[in-house]
Amino acid sequence: MTDAEVLERANAALAKEFELEGDRMRPEADLREDLDLDSLDTVDMVVVLEQEFGIKIGKDPAIASIRTLGDIHIYLLQKKQEIEKNAG
Amino acid sequence: MIFRVAITGLGIVSVLGHGAVAVAEALRGGASGIGIDPERKRLGFASGLTGLLPPYTPTLPLSRKQRKTMPDFAQWAAEACGQALLQSGLEPAQIQNGETGIVFGCDSSCLAAVEQASLLLEKKDTGSLGSGLVFRSMTSCISMNLGALFKTQGAAWTLSAACASGGHAVGQAAALIAHGRQERVLCGGAQEINWQSMCSFDALGAFSTRERSPHAASRPFDADRDGLVPSGGAAALLLERLDLAEKRGTPILGEVAGYGFSSDGESLSVPGEEGLGRAMRMALSDARLQKKDIAYVCAHATSTRVGDAVEARNIAALFGDRGVPVSSTKSMTGHELWMSGAAQVVYTTLMARHGFIAPNLNFHQPDEWSARLDVVTDARPGNIPAALCNSAGFGGTNAALVLRFPKP
Repeated sequence: MTDAEVLERANAALAKEFELEGDRMRPEADLREDLDLDSLDTVDMVVVLEQEFGIKIGKDPAIASIRTLGDIHIYLLQKKQEIEKNAG
Repeated sequence: MIFRVAITGLGIVSVLGHGAVAVAEALRGGASGIGIDPERKRLGFASGLTGLLPPYTPTLPLSRKQRKTMPDFAQWAAEACGQALLQSGLEPAQIQNGETGIVFGCDSSCLAAVEQASLLLEKKDTGSLGSGLVFRSMTSCISMNLGALFKTQGAAWTLSAACASGGHAVGQAAALIAHGRQERVLCGGAQEINWQSMCSFDALGAFSTRERSPHAASRPFDADRDGLVPSGGAAALLLERLDLAEKRGTPILGEVAGYGFSSDGESLSVPGEEGLGRAMRMALSDARLQKKDIAYVCAHATSTRVGDAVEARNIAALFGDRGVPVSSTKSMTGHELWMSGAAQVVYTTLMARHGFIAPNLNFHQPDEWSARLDVVTDARPGNIPAALCNSAGFGGTNAALVLRFPKP
């Protein structure tokens, strides 16, 4: 799986879960300010990404520092090895 | 009461149809919303009979994010409230204040509890449950979600009193306005229909098993009745201080003129002999009306042997033999349980608006007690200047509401 494919799948899964139009899914988009996601949505974001990529995120402290969609991308690429092992 | 309480909007998601126009037509025509759920038979229910809610296009579309924290019946409640607000002519800014409250009747949210437990047993990880289930699983899911949805800032609670929940909710909402504590309250009742919430009730043998003819299964007051048919949906009313409603020139659909309550103080499941009668008298006294002023009784009667007989005796004791026209809309809808007391207020208001009394379907042969009632068997035209709505629930809790109506 290429980096681009990881980001594409992540964006598609998040767009579907939170009913976000494609043009809002920019890396610099602030989750709270631009995408209107609150702390409850963060709980569901973790579940969605775990299901999409077959990975374990759980209460990973790294999640707490995520502010933008780009931060999610960076986080996922750091876990790319695990993703490639588990994702179908 | 210090202030008079007007009904300025109503909304209904019913097995009889969606919205006031369709439901009024169904009530007049004596339609039935009852059918069979084959899944219940596969699962060993004694009865597969249930109210069947037709699909609808919402007046108030909800986003996926909003639906995430709302079980289906809370979404129906939101839809019913959306209809009521639309009819009332109130703008969002007029309800986003501390003078506007929400009081709903509801006594379960079963499916979310089942889902979260099943999911955890499978995943062994609470993180995988997501954020929505905790909000969906609480009985107060209705008022908490509606408050966040409509941005009201006053009263916000869900009241649980078994099958009298909806009746008490309307009564207590009216009391908040009458006593000057709120200027307007969105109130009502909602009821889930899924089999998960009905299976242990089925175990009591309280449901009709007349599965061969679903439309004839719910037969309140009839000598051949064999039990209730579980049903559901959501009913909402926008109650408003009458003087304020008149000041803004909105049509007054009716008034909640009196609220009576009582409990039997006897049995968990067997209705007491006099509790409902005490609630009815209290409601009349609260409304400062006489029994002769009541043109219609919308009975609680659910089609159970004991419950209907007790209610028939109480109505006859208060109004005299054949002293007032009576019907039970549950003959058409089945028993809408937590919702029913509020649904009856909506149905009765629609009858008064359209100048008829809805029929009590399937009343062919009276028993000893219902022979003393004037049971309306075909839609009866006529004005309803005032009506009485009864509801009663497990534990012997009773609610009675007196409604007053302008001429249609």
